[in-house]
Amino acid sequence: MAAYILRRLALLPPLLVGVSLLLFVLTHLVPADPAKLIAGEHAGPDQVAAVRHAFGLDRPLPEQYVVYLQKLARGDLGVAMQTNSSVLSDLTQYVPATIELAAAAMLLTIVLGIPIGVLSAVRSGSVIDLLAQVLSVSGLSFPIFFFGILLQLIFVRWLNWFPLAGRLAITATAPPHVTGLYVVDSVLAGNLGDLRSAVLHLALPSLTLALTALAPTIRMTRSTMLEVLSQDYVRTAWAKGLVSKRVFLHHGLRNALIPVITVLGLYTSSLLGGVFLVELIFNWPGVGLYSVNAITTLDYSAIMGTSLLLTVMFVLINLGVDILYAVVDPRIRY
Amino acid sequence: MLSSTRASATSIGTAAGTSYLRRSFRLLTRIPGAWIGAATVALLVLVALFGPAVAPYDPFHISAADKLQGPSPTHWFGTDDLGRDLLSRVLTGARISLAVAVVVLVLAMVLGVGLGLIAGYWGGWVDEALMRTTDVFLAFPRLVLAVAIAATLGAGLSNTVLAIALSWWPWYTRLVRGQLLSMREQEYVQAAVSLGAGRPRILLRHLLPNVGTTVVIQASIDIGFAILATASLSFIGLGAQPPTPEWGAIIAQARSYMVDAWWYPTFPGMAIFFAVLGFNLLGNAVRDAFDPRLRSVA
Repeated sequence: MAAYILRRLALLPPLLVGVSLLLFVLTHLVPADPAKLIAGEHAGPDQVAAVRHAFGLDRPLPEQYVVYLQKLARGDLGVAMQTNSSVLSDLTQYVPATIELAAAAMLLTIVLGIPIGVLSAVRSGSVIDLLAQVLSVSGLSFPIFFFGILLQLIFVRWLNWFPLAGRLAITATAPPHVTGLYVVDSVLAGNLGDLRSAVLHLALPSLTLALTALAPTIRMTRSTMLEVLSQDYVRTAWAKGLVSKRVFLHHGLRNALIPVITVLGLYTSSLLGGVFLVELIFNWPGVGLYSVNAITTLDYSAIMGTSLLLTVMFVLINLGVDILYAVVDPRIRY
Repeated sequence: MLSSTRASATSIGTAAGTSYLRRSFRLLTRIPGAWIGAATVALLVLVALFGPAVAPYDPFHISAADKLQGPSPTHWFGTDDLGRDLLSRVLTGARISLAVAVVVLVLAMVLGVGLGLIAGYWGGWVDEALMRTTDVFLAFPRLVLAVAIAATLGAGLSNTVLAIALSWWPWYTRLVRGQLLSMREQEYVQAAVSLGAGRPRILLRHLLPNVGTTVVIQASIDIGFAILATASLSFIGLGAQPPTPEWGAIIAQARSYMVDAWWYPTFPGMAIFFAVLGFNLLGNAVRDAFDPRLRSVA
C-alpha cells in the first residue's frame, strides 16, 4: 500500500511540469501584453519596458520557463501582479475557505444522495422514486450558477433564512486561526455565535456546489441498490426472517457502496470546477474567487499558481478515493 | 471468383449494419426520455433558426423608460436594466448557444479523433507521446482547464470556443485510441494491409467508419455539457461580452439586479436548463439504444 501511494505521488512532479508548460506556452501565445497592463494605461514606453524587465518578460521564452520551473521547485510561485504579494502566501490564505466549501458540499452529497438513492430503490416505482429520478436527471442539466442564484432568490430574498454572501456575518470576528475552516475553528474556540454564523453562511454555497455530484450519486446508489437487492444472498436474508432495516442496510447498502464511492470520487474532483462559479456568486473568499479576480486582471502568475494548486488537489483527491476503495472493499489490494 | 466473394461479403456486412441500425433505432423510439429530449431539442433548433425573426423586439434596443419591468403582456419575460426585452434576448441567445456548442464539438472531435486514430494505429513512441499529452489535459477537471485556457487566451466568445475544445479533445482521443487498439489486429484490417493499402487509406476507409458510431454517441452526450460550459465561462466573464445576448452573459449582468428583478436571471437560466436537459435526455437515450457498453452514470 505504502509503495503504491509513493508510486502515485511520484507521478505528480512530471504532471505539474506538463501542466505548467501547457499554460506557459498558452500564456505567451496571447497577444495581450501583461507588462502594459501592470504599468497602466498612461504609462510611457520606458515605464512599460521597466516593468517588462522587472518581471523578466523581456527574456527568451525557454529561459523564462526554466526560471519559472526553478522557482517552482523551491515553492516560489511568483508574485501576484495585482496584490503585489507572493502567490503562494495568497493561496495559503484562500485555500482553507475552498476546502471548507468543498468538504461541506461532499458531506451534503453523501448525507442527501445516498439516503435518497436507497429510499428510491427500496420504494422503487413509488412517488418518492419518481421524484428522485427527476431530481437526478435535472440536477445534471441545471447550470450551477443559476441554481445558486435561485437559492439566493428563494432563501435570502423571499424567505430571509440565510445570509446572501461571505463566510461570516460582518459583525462577527473570525475565530482564532487553527485550521482556517471557520466551522472547525469556531468549535475549537467554543464560540457558538461564530459557529452558527459560519454554518448559515456555508449552507447555500455548499448546497449549490453539491448539485453536480448529487445527481449521479442518487442515480448510482439507486441502480446498484436495485441490483444488489435482487441477489440471492438478499433473498436468503429475507428468508432467514431478518428485519427489513437489517436487510437493506447491512446486506444491501454495504455491498452497493463500492460503485457509489467511485462516483463520489469522480465527482469530488469535478466539484473543483464548480468552485469558480459558486465562490463568485456567494462572494466566498476562496481559491476560485481569487482565480476569477486574477483572470479579469490577466494576472498570469496567479492564474498559473491556482491551476497548479487545483491539479495537486485533483490528484490527491483521486488518490484518496483509491485508498478508500481498499478500506471499504477488503478484496482490493494495491 | 474473388470479386463475387467480395461482393457477397459487402452485402452481408451492409445487411448486418442496417439491421443493427434499425434495431437500435427501434429501441430508441421506445425510450420515453428520447421523445421528450428530441422534442426539446427540435424546439431549440427551431428557436435558433427563427428566434431572431419572431422576437417581438430588437434584442439590442435600449429603452431607459422600460428598465427592469416585470413580466407583462407587452414584455412576456420582462425587461433588463437597460430596458431591453428579455424574451427577444433569450430567443436570440439560442442561436449563439447552439452554434457555439456545435463548433466546440466539431473542433474537439476533429482534433481528438484525428489524434486518436494516429495514436491507436501507429502505436510506439507516437502513441506514448500523445497519451502522455492527454494525461496532462486529463489531470484537470474539464471546466478548470477550460477556464485556465480561456483565461490565458483572453475573454471573448471565439477564445472560449477554442478553450473548451482544447480541454475536450483528449476524451475523444482516448475513446478512439482504445477502440483502435483492438480493431487494428482484426482480420479485415490485416486483409487491407496485405492487399497493399496505405496507412491513410486504412485509417480513413476502414477504421474511421468503425469508430464513427461511438464518437457520434459520445458527441450527442457531450453537446449539452458544451452548452453548459459555454454559459459557465460567459458567466465568469470569459465568454461572450455585453451586449451579446448569450444566456450565461445575461445572467452575469442580472446578478446585480436580481434582488429587485427575479425574472432577469430566471428566464435565461431556465433556457439553459431546458436546452441542456433536452440534449442530455436525447444523448443518454441514444447511448442506451445504440451502444449499451458505453452506459455509465454521467
